[in-house]
Amino acid sequence: MRYLPLTPDDRAGMLAKIGVDHIDALFADIPSDRLLKHLPTLPLHKGEIEVERVMGRMASRNVSASSVPFFVGAGAYKHHVPATVDHLIQRSEFLTSYTPYQPEIAQGTLQYLFEFQTQVAALTGMDVANASMYDGSTGCGEAVLMAHRITKRNKAVLSGGLHPHYADVVHTLSQMAEAECVTLAPDVSGREDILSQIDGTVSCVVVQTPDFFGNLRDLRAIADKCHANGALLIAVFTEVMSLGLITPPGEMGADIVVGEGQSIGNALNFGGPYVGLFATKSQYVRQMPGRLCGETVDADGTRGFVLTLSTREQHIRRDKATSNICTNSGLCTLAFTIHMSLLGQTGLKRVAEINHANAVMLADELDTIKGVSVLNQSFFNEFAVRLPGNASHSVEQLAARHIMAGVPVSRLLPDAGLDDVLLVANTEVNSDDDRKAFVEALKEIL
Amino acid sequence: MGEIKYTKDHEYIRVEGDVAVVGISDYAQSQLGDVVFVELPKLGKALSKGDEAAVVESVKAASEVYAPVSGEVTEINSGLEAQPGAINEDPEGTGWFMKVKLADPSELAGLMNEADYKAYLASIH
Amino acid sequence: MLNRQGRPTTPGEAAPSDHKTFTGNKALSQIEPLIFETGRLETTGVDYEAPKSFTSRLGGFERKSEIGLPGLSEPEAMRHYVRLSQKNYGIDTGLFPLGSCTMKHNPRVNEKIARMPGFSDVHPLQPVSTVQGALEVMHTLSHWLLELTGMDAVALSPKAGAHGELCGMMAIKAAIAAKGEAATRNVVLVPDSAHGTNPATAALIHFVVKPVPVREDGTVDPAVVASLAGPDTAAIMLTNPNTCGLFEKDVVAIADAIHAAGGYFYADGANFNAIVGKARPGDLGVDAMHINLHKTFSTPHGGGGPGAGPVVLSELLAPFAPVPFVRHTDDGMQLVESVDEAANHGAHAFGRMTAFHGQMGMYVRALSYMLSHGADGLRQASEDAVLNANYVRACLADLMSLPYGNRPCMHEVLFDDAWLKDTGVTTLDFAKAMIDEGYHPMTVYFPLVVHGAMLIEPTESESRASLDLFIATLRDLAMAVKRGETERFTGAPYHAPVRRMDETRAARSPVLKYTPPQPILQAAE
Ligand SMILES: Cc1ncc(COP(=O)(O)O)c(C=O)c1O
Repeated sequence: MRYLPLTPDDRAGMLAKIGVDHIDALFADIPSDRLLKHLPTLPLHKGEIEVERVMGRMASRNVSASSVPFFVGAGAYKHHVPATVDHLIQRSEFLTSYTPYQPEIAQGTLQYLFEFQTQVAALTGMDVANASMYDGSTGCGEAVLMAHRITKRNKAVLSGGLHPHYADVVHTLSQMAEAECVTLAPDVSGREDILSQIDGTVSCVVVQTPDFFGNLRDLRAIADKCHANGALLIAVFTEVMSLGLITPPGEMGADIVVGEGQSIGNALNFGGPYVGLFATKSQYVRQMPGRLCGETVDADGTRGFVLTLSTREQHIRRDKATSNICTNSGLCTLAFTIHMSLLGQTGLKRVAEINHANAVMLADELDTIKGVSVLNQSFFNEFAVRLPGNASHSVEQLAARHIMAGVPVSRLLPDAGLDDVLLVANTEVNSDDDRKAFVEALKEIL
Repeated sequence: MGEIKYTKDHEYIRVEGDVAVVGISDYAQSQLGDVVFVELPKLGKALSKGDEAAVVESVKAASEVYAPVSGEVTEINSGLEAQPGAINEDPEGTGWFMKVKLADPSELAGLMNEADYKAYLASIH
Repeated sequence: MLNRQGRPTTPGEAAPSDHKTFTGNKALSQIEPLIFETGRLETTGVDYEAPKSFTSRLGGFERKSEIGLPGLSEPEAMRHYVRLSQKNYGIDTGLFPLGSCTMKHNPRVNEKIARMPGFSDVHPLQPVSTVQGALEVMHTLSHWLLELTGMDAVALSPKAGAHGELCGMMAIKAAIAAKGEAATRNVVLVPDSAHGTNPATAALIHFVVKPVPVREDGTVDPAVVASLAGPDTAAIMLTNPNTCGLFEKDVVAIADAIHAAGGYFYADGANFNAIVGKARPGDLGVDAMHINLHKTFSTPHGGGGPGAGPVVLSELLAPFAPVPFVRHTDDGMQLVESVDEAANHGAHAFGRMTAFHGQMGMYVRALSYMLSHGADGLRQASEDAVLNANYVRACLADLMSLPYGNRPCMHEVLFDDAWLKDTGVTTLDFAKAMIDEGYHPMTVYFPLVVHGAMLIEPTESESRASLDLFIATLRDLAMAVKRGETERFTGAPYHAPVRRMDETRAARSPVLKYTPPQPILQAAE
């Protein structure tokens, strides 16, 4: 077997050195009636050719985003990632290293984490960011628990514009953690009345911008009312690229900002692995979940980096930890930070503009189709359109014509009465021809 | 200076009239290593004996500090916030945590004096 | 003609090696500034044409402040990250015996397959008809995991081991609630040897953690469990093989004791690599167990993630598995994405762990690894992992101290620091000296139940020659300790890219991001 270096002779010699005559002597603590006598009923080993063939067959049964005009978003976005990123993250020293517990031989990881934290703090307009969560949705759940710890209250109010999966994650966690969680009704227009929900019993309000339907939301009044009532504002985003163009939540008074970082550096991967971004104000840093990297010096006075403030974490604080997270999104943060350093603020702003411009063009074109209307007042690169009929149905028809039109809202919100609403995302990868093909095909099927 | 007494959790308490100065023992600081952070109770907080009164953290460890006696917190050593190292350098002096107005002086009877505490330390090693 | 290009080809009288350079670099070891110190705000390493003119629909939310992040040209970026990578130790660099972490070889065919466009370039919310192959991967992976564990159902979506623990404990909490015992059953027994994620997970969802002392031999005593368990017991979280490197030999009796009290048995499967193909958790009374695909099934640790932590469930807990899950039907693969839809299939899903469907990229890699090894290779891998750990034990037992005696271990061997007593060398010093010798240290100071723990997990990926050199190195270091060569340890590492770090300073006044020096800031304004 190509992954196993020991030869039969090695094994025999090693058993002799250990002083046993059969490998099963080393498994003697397993109750003998539970020790498997036979191999599991699974196929035997395969060579690389065969493995690639089997897996390739499965891969070929999926339609890849690049192979068709592609407008699917709703929390995961198809962007162009420079070739440099994937090359670099596959370097052995990054790919096959562990969490940097031995800082002297992990300065590579630690320095990029420090750079990553700096980038996330700047993008979100916050004081500090951690070294990542699993993804935006789990970060959102952790943010709510963090707010409960800070305010010593346990009621969260979720905007109806929060991504439904994120809301489900928060609900599940809240229910299990015996906390209260109120969700406003889904709101395509972005004009829900969340202010009236805020009072002195509320721990935090969770608002996404751009929201699930694409609307850009004003957080300032919500932040003010939260603060007047001793509550925290948690701002969420699922499209980090928007922060190249829009006012960051930190400038609108958010206390905790969480979001999905997939769009920068990371492939679609059918939903994971992604990278959760998590930022907050300095005064809350000790209530933060997750790892933090900090600057220091070594015995010779040379600058270096270490994991720090670890007493928040499970390996030290155990049942009093701020979170149970251990493994996070390591390599995805590296992909993020490499892509972000290539972009710089100049490149990020430019690519964000292209996203927005493409979305505006498509929205304008769709709006001219009879029976189709764009529902948003404002948006970044994704918006909601009302179709004359069932959106799922249209998506299937368009898929049959090799166009991925978007996400029918009913897939995530089956009971919201929004069966005719489609979410359409448009990024820098979409060409004029893609848009034309979409508009033409939609006209045909309607 | 008043008499100093110790708990099994390694807090010390030095009684000065009806006020007690509370901190952690030299042994406790040596076990923790370099202290990097302390969380002190709010002024005026009413503590019952055994309550979690403060938290003290080093790089690799964190410990709760329990109230050795009941009483109201009348003063806290806010200097520790900027200089947590004082706890390592002078735990029973500048590294004190808080002052508590004794609610029930009879509680002191259950604590160890210096000699007893030394014997206790020897016994746990 | 005489070629006069001849030059010295022996080192000659070389100066001592503490030679200082102008740059501070040491040949291949380069000092690398932060990108914020070298990048420029106007630079970008990607070329995009300005968009055609359009009317903004941002609704007045244009970002007005400067982001403040510089960019790098492509060659600068390439060099920055290559230089950073050279300051890191990975499995591909050398032996990485980090106990409890299973740093095994990461096959590159898995990386190649994960990057097939049919896997990497597929959106989680595409029509299900266009992702049948992706769902087939999930289905096939589930089949392998169930077969290897002998369990009834699997929840794939948890994103790492700790997230899997949370998923399993949530299923247990849901099952308790369904029996109407939510108010009374809220205690979770956790042995002192457990990983920190276990008590942290239990506490996160408001269970009360009750510690279970570990007995003299490093395992849990079923009689103690029985005495601690009662009508308030929700579960025990037991790692098996445990973090002392031992198989919990009384696991069946422990399971019985917990079940007799009406509680559930959560197994931490971080150490599954020792027993794949040898024993099945389903035969040991386990109700839920997470599997770290990034440990047992070779997906790369990537400097701290991403991982994946699927949870296998017993028949009792299976109905409570979270959404989403895949159903294999006559019409192909279906994806059940909501709790209501799950209810239509008779399930009582407790909710959702994460957006979308979990760590597809890791599923693909893990399944590729399983197919490569097959049933025979997986079992051989576990046997080799256990053999390698025992070989290390047998070869070091005379010099280093084994807290639980010189007896067979599983895939990792635990030493303590009794043998270092009064030498002036600590576990940490010993670990740092290993760095100078070109090794990544073992896990240190974990588990907490032994003093100065050193937990060595060589994995099956090491050849005998590699182990022999590792053993010889540790023996040499151990002899040096005994000879009193303290400085070799207390000052170590001497040869790493940096010396020992001041962690106290980092924690006392945390610097968690780069801040430009003041004069530069003013100049920019
Ligand atoms: C015994 C044990 N349990 C749980 C975990 C947590 O797993 P993860 O890091 O994947 O969340 C680990 C790994 O670090 C472990 O070693």
